[in-house]
Amino acid sequence: MAKQQVISPLPGTFYRKSAPDQPSYKEEGDQVAVGETIGLVEVMKSFHEIKSDFAGTVTKFLIDNEDAVMAGQALVEIDG
Amino acid sequence: MAINVISPGLATSVQDLGRPGYYHLGIPISGGMDRYALRAANMLAGNDEAAAVLEAVFMGPELAFTQDATVAVTGADLPPKLDGEARESWTSFAVKAGQVLSFDYLKGGARAYIAVSGGIDVPLALGSRSTYTLGALGGLDGRNLLAGDVLPLGAGTAAAEGRSVPAKLRRLPGAQAELRAMPGLYWHRITEASGRRFFEDTWKVALEADRIGYRFRDGRPLEFVERTPPFGAGSDPSNIVDSCYPYGSIQVPGGTEPIVLHRDAVSGGGYFMVGTVISADMDFIGQLQPHTPTKFVSVDMAAALAARHDRQAMLNEIRAMLA
Repeated sequence: MAKQQVISPLPGTFYRKSAPDQPSYKEEGDQVAVGETIGLVEVMKSFHEIKSDFAGTVTKFLIDNEDAVMAGQALVEIDG
Repeated sequence: MAINVISPGLATSVQDLGRPGYYHLGIPISGGMDRYALRAANMLAGNDEAAAVLEAVFMGPELAFTQDATVAVTGADLPPKLDGEARESWTSFAVKAGQVLSFDYLKGGARAYIAVSGGIDVPLALGSRSTYTLGALGGLDGRNLLAGDVLPLGAGTAAAEGRSVPAKLRRLPGAQAELRAMPGLYWHRITEASGRRFFEDTWKVALEADRIGYRFRDGRPLEFVERTPPFGAGSDPSNIVDSCYPYGSIQVPGGTEPIVLHRDAVSGGGYFMVGTVISADMDFIGQLQPHTPTKFVSVDMAAALAARHDRQAMLNEIRAMLA
């Protein structure tokens, strides 16, 4: 099993859910497929879906919901 | 002969030095947010300083060249790659027909300027090639780039490879930023204590910051001087009778979040302004990332003019070097 990281291409604020009253896209332990959304990054009045480049199990979120994120920063760790 | 846009980046637009002369008619000045970097990119690529370039924010585009050209990338630290191989920023490099220019993740700053020898040859709109997206004016069909776009290039002689601007003539924000501003305009609308706090507080670049205005948050709300609202101003103490908005003016709707108006700003309205960011620091604003802690520093006209002079001297140094 190789550990992979999904990287944010943008600076902004990271969200793990599509709206405050919605469940998180993924929880730790969930399976994720290539191209599946794992969260959103908000910047310049728009939200950008962050999709996984890997298939596997979400082992750890490295950035918390609503925390600031820098371009190039790892958001989530996937074991696949 | 042209450039094919494989992927557009986040909000990449064609910009030149702008479209002055129509602001009083409601058409903003537009142009690159960091015009110092834009001019440098053009000079490195062997263009006229005022040629049209691409302004990429936070994320670079992927561009396929159908002709040989010289390229220079300045501004934000957004490392260019040619066919996947790293190239230096602030340094001209040769691109062959068939090669693909892409970018690594942003390392610092916010906006990169991509100059290509010959310039981006979109039609002039009111004397400028700059894109004003809200008004669908200029640039490529008045909008940001999309995948599949074809960017026409002007005729130009490609400059030599390896021309470079030394590090001391590049300007990028660090972890914290300072913006020099002259208090004025409607400064009298807030109390003296509130005015002091405005310059004491550390503000943070808000997520909404864009080409229209740079918004800041997390400072203490402003405290207004009591008044009887003049006819047309409305009851909110941050409202005024409609007025012109200068480029760089700092409006504070509701007294809570200052917005520095930038290249694509509206030209007038009813929000009071506490002052104006000096011209020497306007380029710098375009390089601020969201969440950057920022302080406004109060300066007078003499300091503002001296800073403008310093900026001009830096530009002249680049000109002398690359002429």
